[in-house]
Amino acid sequence: MSDTADKVKKIVVEHLGVEESKVTTEASFIDDLGADSLDTVELVMAFEEAFGVEIPDDAAEKITTVKDAIDYIEKQKSA
Amino acid sequence: MGIACPLGLGVENVWKRMLAGESGLAAIQNFDTSALPAKIAGQVPLGTRAEGKLDINEWIPVKDQKKMDRFIQLALVAATEAVEDSGWNPGEDREEDRCRTGVMIGSGIGGLPTIYEASTLIAQGRTRRISPFFIPSALINLASGHVSIKYGFKGPNHAVVTACATGVHALGDAARLIALNDADVMVAGGAEAAVAEIGMAGFCASRALSTAFNDDPTKGSRPWDRDRDGFVMGEGAGVLVLEELEHAKARGAKIYAEVIGYGMSGDAYHITAPTEDGDGAFRAMRAALKSASLEPSQIQYVNAHGTSTPMGDDLELQAVERLWGDAAKHLAMSSTKSAIGHLLGAAGAVEGIFSILAIRDGVAPPTLNLENPSRESPIDRVAKQAQERPIETVLSNSFGFGGTNASIIFRKAA
Repeated sequence: MSDTADKVKKIVVEHLGVEESKVTTEASFIDDLGADSLDTVELVMAFEEAFGVEIPDDAAEKITTVKDAIDYIEKQKSA
Repeated sequence: MGIACPLGLGVENVWKRMLAGESGLAAIQNFDTSALPAKIAGQVPLGTRAEGKLDINEWIPVKDQKKMDRFIQLALVAATEAVEDSGWNPGEDREEDRCRTGVMIGSGIGGLPTIYEASTLIAQGRTRRISPFFIPSALINLASGHVSIKYGFKGPNHAVVTACATGVHALGDAARLIALNDADVMVAGGAEAAVAEIGMAGFCASRALSTAFNDDPTKGSRPWDRDRDGFVMGEGAGVLVLEELEHAKARGAKIYAEVIGYGMSGDAYHITAPTEDGDGAFRAMRAALKSASLEPSQIQYVNAHGTSTPMGDDLELQAVERLWGDAAKHLAMSSTKSAIGHLLGAAGAVEGIFSILAIRDGVAPPTLNLENPSRESPIDRVAKQAQERPIETVLSNSFGFGGTNASIIFRKAA
């Protein structure tokens, strides 16, 4: 697993207060991890802070799973 | 009933310490007070629930703590204790009972520290870093909101904001909602957590806080004493479960006391100072007595607003003397703020709890540090030591900035 994936999962565990085993790559923040819409806004802000990237609102709306977050951040970092 | 205050958590624990003459005031340790003239406060002690102290992780999941300012956290602690004590917690299968249960927990200032943090981000040019939980964390009515969400109470959801009179207004208004048949049960009270640099600085600027006892914190709050020089800020929450009497009897509830009177008034005078004749306090108390159909002589104990400010204490005392007349010599009146400081919007709620316990146990809690009264009075102000007295009916006062006054009367349950 990439460093990015590890870090994303760690942030999700901390912010949503869920068990690490539940934070699979495919997990949806809202459907699988008990987040609400405000939680997801805060999660995206945490990703921005941790990875030093800017995630505009229209992109943030499309980040609904752990995988979405990892892919977006990897793409930004390699850009 | 539930309480979180500078003497700790748990109604029985706090009451026992109060009657023993203990103080919850101390030097502020958790932030730098070097720029503040007032350096002491009453803060909820840290430790486990079993010790009668606060470990917030025992009460609220870590991931939810960031969604609420400390005043909301303290409200949840006190509300949880109160609901547990009341035995009233209808489950999902009792929708009608839930719809007949409301919440009215107010605060004087609300999420001031949270607002400060968000402002700081803006000042640093980091506006986009403001949390999506900023607004719901700071809003005063979110104390009521969180309590209703936790327990599924779907009745009236309301919040009082009348500065330091908030607690009494919340209890009185909630009792009236029950009397008006808007609810059978109301979870009511106040919460405050302004012991932060921004709150301290604000009250220092208005010259309201004691500054002469920084080296001897437990002496700082000294209502009616000639050496008093301002109030000592406290934090905490008090929550009571109010219930329609027949409803409570029908389910065999533990009934501590009855709310039998409530009175309010406005000064129409000054933003922070009371009128020079204490007329607002006088009229609030008189209105409460009238609503209870009582004569002053039928009250045995008054829990005073008594904040330890040079002006306010004696004005309240004079107003009580004027209203009670000859009956004043039989009256006991004390200020429990001498032990825990001034809890602002939570004050009237925690003092309501102390008033009720005074009835239950037939004991008037002490006014600590009352060494040399600045004014003689026929009223026994219960200096330094608790007094066992026959107490059946109690009046409790709270007055707030803006010239808002409220009095509430409790009577021993029949």
